Amino acid sequence: MRRVCVISGGITKFAKANPELTQEAMCKDAFDRALADAGLELKDIDSSICTYFSDHFNGQLLFDSLTQDYLGLCPKPSMRIEGGGATGGLGIRAGYMNVASGLSDVCLVYGFEKMSEVSTAKGNEFIALASDTDFDFPVGGFYSGYYATMAQRHMHEFGTTAEQFARIAVKNYDNAFYNPYAQKHERLTVQDVLNAPMIATPITRPMVCVMSDGAACVILASEEKAKQITRRLVYITGLGCGTDTMRLGDRPRGDVILLPGEEPEKYAYLKGRWPGVASFRGGREAARQAYLQAGITDPLHQIDFAEVHDAYASSELQTYEDMGFCKYGDGGKFVESGLPYLDGELPVNPSGGLIACGHPVGATGIMQGVFALWQLQETIQDHMKSDRLQVKDARRGLIHSHAGTGTYITVHILERGW
Amino acid sequence: MTDVYSFQPLMVRRPYRIEYIHSYGEVSQFFLGLKEQKLYASRCPRCGATWLPPRRDCGKCGAKCNWFEAPTEGKIHTYSVLHFAGEAFLNDLPFVLVYVEFPGIDTVFLSRLVGVKPEDIVIGMPVKARFKRLVEWNANDVYFVPA
Repeated sequence: MRRVCVISGGITKFAKANPELTQEAMCKDAFDRALADAGLELKDIDSSICTYFSDHFNGQLLFDSLTQDYLGLCPKPSMRIEGGGATGGLGIRAGYMNVASGLSDVCLVYGFEKMSEVSTAKGNEFIALASDTDFDFPVGGFYSGYYATMAQRHMHEFGTTAEQFARIAVKNYDNAFYNPYAQKHERLTVQDVLNAPMIATPITRPMVCVMSDGAACVILASEEKAKQITRRLVYITGLGCGTDTMRLGDRPRGDVILLPGEEPEKYAYLKGRWPGVASFRGGREAARQAYLQAGITDPLHQIDFAEVHDAYASSELQTYEDMGFCKYGDGGKFVESGLPYLDGELPVNPSGGLIACGHPVGATGIMQGVFALWQLQETIQDHMKSDRLQVKDARRGLIHSHAGTGTYITVHILERGW
Repeated sequence: MTDVYSFQPLMVRRPYRIEYIHSYGEVSQFFLGLKEQKLYASRCPRCGATWLPPRRDCGKCGAKCNWFEAPTEGKIHTYSVLHFAGEAFLNDLPFVLVYVEFPGIDTVFLSRLVGVKPEDIVIGMPVKARFKRLVEWNANDVYFVPA
């Protein structure tokens, strides 16, 4: 397989509603920014991957053909990828396959979602249709409810607190304050988060990502092509993809999947109860694969920043553990230690994550790729008009995309090659 | 006639309704069983895995499972009190989701808990199944109360 680089990215400002533009025009805006940033023209793109989550939000099927047409990419090869909340991450994986295999030299991976055409309650219902509609949807009908039960179990098993979840939300809002592409620009205290309206115990409103309208894209290229286009090379050096049972209640309890360099004794205290409903097995498996390829045996010190799928503050905390940033059960202590803050050892969601940037589902996993690319190209200042969020000496970043209670999870490792 | 929401940009209301003739297929017995006030689960004869909700085919080893009657008393494995929901369930708020663990069943089962104040719910609390007399032929035909 050939080595693959991310050469440029583009994104629209995520917003609660953007009725001024259709989805295809939002994609075009993101695409034009990526082309301009790399100094490329339309003819330089030889394939594309389109990602969006749900046909229900707009009642338009085959939206991928509408956008492919609008972007002027016909008759070049294209494919739609969909996998719930991990749609964007899976799209990057598909784009990588296109380029690494030699089928394509320069592949556009673009994604979007326009969620504002239905009410928030209806939107939540559509998202919940991505849970088992025979057994789970009729009972709960709400993803925040499913994640809340996972958070509650994590608290029970490990002594994690709602305050620790709140700290994560505050951190992400604080970061997004300096991200002009983020939907939310507000400052909250831990008390504000804890005192906010309850959505599903223990999760309050600011601990949950929001519905959003937005588009994002990255352009991937073979190493050979990339070298002709940019000096600031960024390689994809590791990819992982894990899955888990659709129904949360069917998750097994057994031994932890070990990351490269870990010994089983490290997790003896879990007594074979992992993951149950407290952790994401698919995330762990995705990290294992990606770390193995990228040669990572000490993620806390070998990764300089991470953009993780914080659909909920609680799932960010659980993800610290799945990614091996800390041991299972130590996610709460990890955030209290300050390590995932912008000035910490391993900044997590320096962009503000989904909680503050918004979660236009098909665009989100690609958004992470855009922000990670800018970190590694050291161009945060150019794109955000401030270097406040630039992680100093960022050489290696992790992006993590995640679907409904961990059914699909992708991890990509991006590394600076300049 | 088209209902206009805004003229700049032009936004129109576009309703969409559909009715599915939905089949529960190979797990129909579970839903029929709720009317008999029974929880039908499945057990794999090859690897011994037990499933509730049931599966015809074992999710661990792929063998064909056998039906058996699950206990109707268990313990709360985890829970959440919901104060917001998808549109279809807004009228039910607030309500409590529980995952129930049963002796001899490997999985935990999602259901609703009623008849207890939210502040009194604890993980590990014994609960028992209740069945609706007027069944609606869906997963809500069973719910749980403190045992």
